Amino acid sequence: MSSLTRSLPLVVALLTLLLFPLFGSSFYVGLVTRIIIIAIFAMSLDLLIGYTGLVSFGHAAFFGIGGYALAIAFQDASVIPLWQALPLSLLAAGLAALVIGWISIRTSGIYFIMITLALSQMFFYYFFESPRYGGDDGIFLFLKPVLMIGSEDILNLDNENNFYYFALSSLVLTYLFLVMILQAPFGKVIKAIKANEHRVRALGYSTNGYKLVSFVLAGTLAGLAGFLEGAHTGYINPAYMSWHESGVAIAIVILGGVGTLYGPIVGAFIIVLLQNFLPELTEHWQLLLGGIVISVVLFLPRGATSLFPRLLSLIRTEKGVPLSQEESTKVDTDG
Amino acid sequence: MELSFYLVQLLNAVQYGFLLFLVASGLTLLFGIMGIINLAHGSFYMLGSYLAYWLTDVTGNLWLGILLGLPIAMMVGYIVERFAISFLYKRDHLYQVLLTFALILIFNELQQILWGTDVHSVPIPSILAGSFQLTENQSYPVYRLFISAACIAVACGMYWVIQKTRLGMIIRAGASNREMVQALGINVNRLFAFVFSMGVALAGFAGMLAAPVDSVYPGMGENVLIISFVVVVIGGTGSIKGAFVGAMLIGLVSTFGKVLLPEMASIMVYALMAVILMWRPQGLFGRAA
Repeated sequence: MSSLTRSLPLVVALLTLLLFPLFGSSFYVGLVTRIIIIAIFAMSLDLLIGYTGLVSFGHAAFFGIGGYALAIAFQDASVIPLWQALPLSLLAAGLAALVIGWISIRTSGIYFIMITLALSQMFFYYFFESPRYGGDDGIFLFLKPVLMIGSEDILNLDNENNFYYFALSSLVLTYLFLVMILQAPFGKVIKAIKANEHRVRALGYSTNGYKLVSFVLAGTLAGLAGFLEGAHTGYINPAYMSWHESGVAIAIVILGGVGTLYGPIVGAFIIVLLQNFLPELTEHWQLLLGGIVISVVLFLPRGATSLFPRLLSLIRTEKGVPLSQEESTKVDTDG
Repeated sequence: MELSFYLVQLLNAVQYGFLLFLVASGLTLLFGIMGIINLAHGSFYMLGSYLAYWLTDVTGNLWLGILLGLPIAMMVGYIVERFAISFLYKRDHLYQVLLTFALILIFNELQQILWGTDVHSVPIPSILAGSFQLTENQSYPVYRLFISAACIAVACGMYWVIQKTRLGMIIRAGASNREMVQALGINVNRLFAFVFSMGVALAGFAGMLAAPVDSVYPGMGENVLIISFVVVVIGGTGSIKGAFVGAMLIGLVSTFGKVLLPEMASIMVYALMAVILMWRPQGLFGRAA
């Protein structure tokens, strides 16, 4: 596939998202904003799972910390300056990722999964049990962040459409940032670590250092998503960082297609829409969600986005055009 | 008063540690032998508690409830292994995490469909309803001592099976080299189904024993699951001895933490794990990777 046809779906998707608020009702603008936020969160997790080979089961901790940093610092403020609030959330989430990463990076495989889970639970319980930060009830935030120069509002996120475009630009910037670092030497090294860490270490790279940087970057981006979610809903509680959220994030990454940057966006669309509309079908909708997730694991391990090239190659092979080398290996390595 | 107070706490810590051991030993065996990370293990603990509640209600007797509940738990384990887990043995941990996470969603909904969202309690059997008077105002319930005793009995039984029987030999061999066991002509599929069912039964049994002292409520398995993970990580995956030591450590730290430093109690358990891992990344009794 030429790079043009490959980026065509992305361009179409971006245009659709750009024009969406002109047609969508405010309910749907809000819903798509949430999807965009969850997509950023899932994308940051995919940097770990899909590119660095670190299966983190505690990623929701950074999401929650991004939200809590905003809520704690500005719950009594009369105005929330965006240029203070956003860096604060990123910094808080990044620092937490540095601490958790520093402890967990020295382990691998199943230990890494369990340790990230346990350490993120530590943060969960801290906020759950601390009366100072609202405990179980969480913190309400009655204002939205505002970008101001002098006393002029440049961008007020109180407006639903403004918020939508702010979230969308965050998604695009996150995407471009990840594309950039994955093409840089850093990205080549972390992908090599995923493929064979021993060999990379033997080549003289300090693999733990690279893994830690990747972990901190992913945590910081999850903090960005948490900041957006906290600002968007105006409410942050410990459930944001519960291990359920970490599990759902993994489901999103795999459902969309692990190791691709657009996969998590597709996955976020699917899961958030399911979470919104399945409850209308039945009270016991998690039964259906669980069934869908299990079917994906068993029958579609490379995610929903792997369907497109598969279908495409099916059509083309029927026409007698042989598969390119790259695509045929992609199809073969399933399962 | 001081001394007996600490004695009561110590007994509580040991009893909690034993219950954790039952859950964690199953978890560690599943990982050690089958290479499976099973998030749904907490659901099996919950299943045990609800079975104890339901069957005690129906039969009017906790003993009958446990007797009928254990085969049901094993059957559930067998079905789950055949229809879901068995597809995952050769797959990445990532997919095991996701599939067993989905199983939790399903079990939680099934629990709500079958038994509703109310909190239930299970009466302590009348023979064990009393308590020992330690001092004038300190006493200790007999049933809690019974829990510890029952867990010790199960632990000894497990030790005997694993160390002294042919089946145990195969299980130990499976934990150290799965492929070789298969090459020697052991039916690994049957072994795995058996081990998984036993793991489920152990977790279920712990849930049944705990039902009369803790209440039975939705989502009760999840706290147990995460603490059991901590136990397995501290002890070293695949090591029963490690699961035992880890469970006792966690029992002590969390019980005395609640008494001495109530605000920090739930964090201390995780802090302990972090410290142990900095010192030994593979856990206390784990083999270095």
